[in-house]
Amino acid sequence: MLQLDGLTTNYRTLRGWVRAAEDVSFTVEKGEALGLVGESGCGKTTVALSILKLLPSGGRIRRGKILFNGEDLVPLSDKEMRKIRWKGISIVFQGAMNALNPVFKVRDQIVEAIRLHEPDVSKSDAKKRAEGLFEMVGVEPSRITNYPHEFSGGMRQRALIAMALAANPQLLIADEPGTALDVIVQAQVLQLMRSLKEKLGLSMVMISHDLSIVAEVCENVAIMYAGQLVEYGSAEAIFKEPLHPYTQGLIGAFPSIRGERKKLVSIPGQPPDLLSPPTGCRFHPRCPYAMDVCKKEKPQLKKVGSGNHYVACYLY
Amino acid sequence: MEDDESIVAAEKLKKYFPIKRGFLETLVSRTDVFVKAVDGVSFRMQKGEIFGLVGESGSGKTTTGRLLLRLTDPTEGKVTYKGRDITGLSSRQMKPLRREMQIIFQDPFESLDPHMVVKDIVAEPLRIQKATKSREELDERVKQILSEVELFPPEEFMLRFPHELSGGQRQRVAVARAFVLHPDFIVADEPVSMLDVSIRAEILALMLSLVEKRGASVLLVTHDLALARHVCNRVAVMYLGRIVELGNTETIVANPLHPYTRALIAAVPVPDPSSKRLGEVISGEIPSPVAPPPGCNFHTRCPYAHLRCTSEVPPLIEVEKDHWAACHLVDRPSQDSTPA
Repeated sequence: MLQLDGLTTNYRTLRGWVRAAEDVSFTVEKGEALGLVGESGCGKTTVALSILKLLPSGGRIRRGKILFNGEDLVPLSDKEMRKIRWKGISIVFQGAMNALNPVFKVRDQIVEAIRLHEPDVSKSDAKKRAEGLFEMVGVEPSRITNYPHEFSGGMRQRALIAMALAANPQLLIADEPGTALDVIVQAQVLQLMRSLKEKLGLSMVMISHDLSIVAEVCENVAIMYAGQLVEYGSAEAIFKEPLHPYTQGLIGAFPSIRGERKKLVSIPGQPPDLLSPPTGCRFHPRCPYAMDVCKKEKPQLKKVGSGNHYVACYLY
Repeated sequence: MEDDESIVAAEKLKKYFPIKRGFLETLVSRTDVFVKAVDGVSFRMQKGEIFGLVGESGSGKTTTGRLLLRLTDPTEGKVTYKGRDITGLSSRQMKPLRREMQIIFQDPFESLDPHMVVKDIVAEPLRIQKATKSREELDERVKQILSEVELFPPEEFMLRFPHELSGGQRQRVAVARAFVLHPDFIVADEPVSMLDVSIRAEILALMLSLVEKRGASVLLVTHDLALARHVCNRVAVMYLGRIVELGNTETIVANPLHPYTRALIAAVPVPDPSSKRLGEVISGEIPSPVAPPPGCNFHTRCPYAHLRCTSEVPPLIEVEKDHWAACHLVDRPSQDSTPA
């Protein structure tokens, strides 16, 4: 359904090109959820915005293809993209608290989205559909005429999901869903995402810095570091048998509520400046196993072991 | 009843914030409306202990932390610090105590003055408390604490502005500022929740090693029970301004008594996709503290609620040794006191 092939997105700044995403390739099948995990600044949101071609000014896709249902989105004009957005691919933005327009009623915002993408739907039909969407995401439909400030954080997040689903998209991109929410509400939202995926057969790209959030919903996980994919595989393989030292570090840094109380181990150092990223493997300055070759040549993603497990590391 | 071992104690602490209303509204109804942020909280912290205060936003955990530091005044109740009642002290009387009490805020992007360089930020507590005699000594103290929080080389960091630092480095500066006066009691209000998972462990380890070195006591305010489990000796779980469960962290995680604690544990996302959740996720969100439900204020979301829960407030009782819970499912009559 969605296939990224060597996507490279850079931002132009006064000091040069910021290499936010480099040579990112992955596929998302129909009904599949992929989790994109990495630290802040690793380029995960850039990948999401590239797919929708919603990059801020200065951002440019410099290489690669984004195939959506076999069609490359990169050369499409803005007008053509508008047909893809929302109906084909839709996005739930980060920060549930601020993503709704505070001066319009929630219903009117959803109706606007529906009518913009399906102009032949009458206003009253659109209103009915908005109510149906609210029911689907688990908010009392009578609350639909409220303003966003009358909603709690969890309700806003649900309303945003409802809005993203307004034009029946095939692929949903969720950028840090639930990060600004309380644990219990976050668990509710994740449960909702999982049930929507099953009910509607949605494909999903879920972006988060938190591996455990992604593991709750996604079958497959891609780990990003400093603009590049370092590991890709099923959520289970990544958790049970993390291959890349960065992935191992991420998992070791996690406090867990179950099992043995382990000592938390952090990854030393800072993520690199993407204006002038390290040569070779970008993780080598922080990597405990760094070898000479890591400093010189960039490792390619390669298949390791049985199944769909890929890693970009010279240890394998 | 004060023993030497306790550093801070809260006794039936209450904090009600009045809601400001328009002049006309006050004419119509005379009764004032309050946000019951903290509603009768009692606990005692031992010296050298790391005590966790866990709850969702709006549960009153931050307000409790601020009350213990006398950063806001309680509506009712008593705060004891090292055996001394500090509830009624004036700000002048508090000043020498302030030297021993510090706070680390959640957001390192907002808690550091953007106009000040790191050196001035860290030196400010020393200046206010007149803790150093000369400028050289002041510089020395700042340099020393900066290297203790692993900002190397300290000379270079001293002249940087907060915007030149990463989130993790900023939080290190906040930790340095809190520790520069060698405090005995620190409130850490969600110290790592704004940071990436990969650097959280580092900042926590840093805080813990400083705490251990100095023998300080920490009240860790957090929404993350998994995090509290890795750091705290004991935790108190708060819901709508009240403590619902209190005890050793491991006991509470292994054997939660209150349905809310169980719900909190069930809600923690698990990175292992092959393991099932520990229980059902409860529905609904925390009600407004302006009009909390009567009786046990959790009954609106509790899967086990019965008639008694809607009218009677369950007391916090010691169900097993050092394990307290406030729930009608576990209470037996004629057992009510304040936890040790």
